[in-house]
Amino acid sequence: MKKILTATVSRVWSGVAQKPASRVLVASCNFSKDATFEIKKCDLYRLEEGPPDTTVLTREDGLKYYRMMQTIRRMELKADQLYKQKFIRGFCHLCDGQEACCVGLEAGINPTDHVITSYRAHGLCYTRGLSVRSILAELTGRKGGCANGKGGSMHMYAKNFYGGNGIVGAQGPLGAGVALACKYKGKNEVCLTLYGDGAANQGQIAEAYNMAALWKLPCVFICENNLYGMGTSAERAAASTDYYKRGNFIPGLRVDGMDVLCVREATRFAADYCRSEKGPIVMELLTYRYHGHSMSDPGVSYRTRQEIQNVRSKSDPIMLLKNRMVDSKLATIEEFKEIDVEVRKEIDDAVHFATTDPEPALEELGHHIYCDNPPFEVRGTSQWIKFKSLP
Amino acid sequence: MAAVSGLMRRPLEQVSGLLRRRFHRTAPAALQVTVRDAINQGMDEELERDEKVFLLGEEVAQYDGAYKVSRGLWKKYGDKRIIDTPISEMGFAGIAVGAAMAGLRPICEFMTFNFSMQAIDQVINSAAKTYYMSGGLQPVPIVFRGPNGASAGVAAQHSQCFAAWYGHCPGLKVVSPWNSEDAKGLIKSAIRDNNPVVVLENELMYGVPFELPSEAQSKDFLIPIGKAKIERQGTHITVVAHSRPVGHCLEAATVLSKEGIECEVINMRTIRPMDIETIEASVMKTNHLVTVEGGWPQFGVGAEVCARIMEGPAFNFLDA
Repeated sequence: MKKILTATVSRVWSGVAQKPASRVLVASCNFSKDATFEIKKCDLYRLEEGPPDTTVLTREDGLKYYRMMQTIRRMELKADQLYKQKFIRGFCHLCDGQEACCVGLEAGINPTDHVITSYRAHGLCYTRGLSVRSILAELTGRKGGCANGKGGSMHMYAKNFYGGNGIVGAQGPLGAGVALACKYKGKNEVCLTLYGDGAANQGQIAEAYNMAALWKLPCVFICENNLYGMGTSAERAAASTDYYKRGNFIPGLRVDGMDVLCVREATRFAADYCRSEKGPIVMELLTYRYHGHSMSDPGVSYRTRQEIQNVRSKSDPIMLLKNRMVDSKLATIEEFKEIDVEVRKEIDDAVHFATTDPEPALEELGHHIYCDNPPFEVRGTSQWIKFKSLP
Repeated sequence: MAAVSGLMRRPLEQVSGLLRRRFHRTAPAALQVTVRDAINQGMDEELERDEKVFLLGEEVAQYDGAYKVSRGLWKKYGDKRIIDTPISEMGFAGIAVGAAMAGLRPICEFMTFNFSMQAIDQVINSAAKTYYMSGGLQPVPIVFRGPNGASAGVAAQHSQCFAAWYGHCPGLKVVSPWNSEDAKGLIKSAIRDNNPVVVLENELMYGVPFELPSEAQSKDFLIPIGKAKIERQGTHITVVAHSRPVGHCLEAATVLSKEGIECEVINMRTIRPMDIETIEASVMKTNHLVTVEGGWPQFGVGAEVCARIMEGPAFNFLDA
């Protein structure tokens, strides 16, 4: 009731203020610079203290997180559409529902820190700095894609972002390796190594835990637990679904992955832990994906539509942030609507590019096989067909 | 002996000059170096040259290496650069690849390449394919090294040759040294190369001494990856091999020479990218070809050499 009242009042106010000057006046009267929110306490394992249970959100940050999450949401939904229109082929794993994870993680670290994740990577590609254009064009396999159209959905790279990895769990040791490089270089950087609830059962994750703990690598192991590994629920795949405890000798925390502020504080806490040379830490983000495992999975054979609808209406990360901000007068509904319009335009622009940009030329099939190598010839489908390979 | 009689014959004024010349002649001694020491020297020089280079693997540090190839390196460079790992091939190979992606230059040792099968996903999918899949954005400058192929009576699980397995994959470079010069030059080139390189050594060759020519004693001695070497010139038949069998071929060539058959023995040195031009030129000269290898014949290195000879200009010169 209070929410509806506040919304109505703000709508009336902005309706009244016609001239720009008075709108500015209304804006400065009506909006706070920041607000303090209570966030859910994290479950702790082998830790005396955890992240704080309140946090300050500035108006600027809040609008930024909203914009980013909305962009990711719209981008993923567009990718769904493009896939059904057959502009995107191959694999396409969407992360709508999990936006708070990507945006919250990025908010908790520095651009000089490092991130590596699995194939459900589009959201992190965006938060790590790739434009929507370059991501969508990569999905549609065009020259303008971030990997020149040669990687696709699962192999997108950016500065301090190591993909996008197709093999489940392989990114575990890779991330520990990046963390080793961080420690070796001594610049106080950390590596966030993400994997899912399904990948948590990979042996190589346990190997990575062991070596990271042994050598005190600044690696934050993050299990994005969206409750299902493809079509198998977590309870059917894991003898222990307390993924934050699976590091055994490594401390862990379980975080509400649908609340961007919770994720931000937990990430800050975890990164600080690693930066103080205490070794690795495990973070479990409890989250949910609205889509199926990939575009070939409707996502309703192993879970009910009711469950999906429930999460959407009660815990949608974008809705949670918006409501919080409106309720504490950090922003109005109209502002969010404006952001939505801008985001839509950005996505439409990107879609136009992604569907009209040419595909890489066949002559370039052999490029990028070796790095820093003199050009050589690659045998094609027969001994008379040769491709030139440039590094 | 010749120098001494020369000294007796020459006038006294020239003695000091001759003495100086004698010292100069004996200074770059024909240095006998085992393959093990050659690899050790190569790694030592590269570790010294570039501080991004480091070595990790089982028993490489405090044990001095399972086959003592990394002897002395831990004492010299310490825990940061020479890292003992637990028995977790998939884990530490992945860690090495991740470190390479983040800008370091790791040397990942497999105790034998048989154990690399546990980590082969990291070698192929994470290391070899990444530069291509990223559209040229993410290089992986890593070296995977270790003994490959048969040893002395270690049974099937410990005797596999992986030349054909790794040679199959684009994005990887695969080298297979035979003697000390090969070993030193190729390990140094591999470490300096910005691509993932698999160095297939041979355990039985580790203890074999070879003469290391003076240029190979330089700290910048490199053998280019992708170039084969003609170890012995011949006219009647081309014999192509890599790793330890090169030695067998040279011995066979000596035996055949007594029967009037002159073998041209080619040491491949690199499996991928293969130097087929050298082999073609030789076959076009001798008209006969035999491939010799330690791996299984089906789908092997020899099969690939034969397929390429068939597809190329040398086919028309081939009698057998």
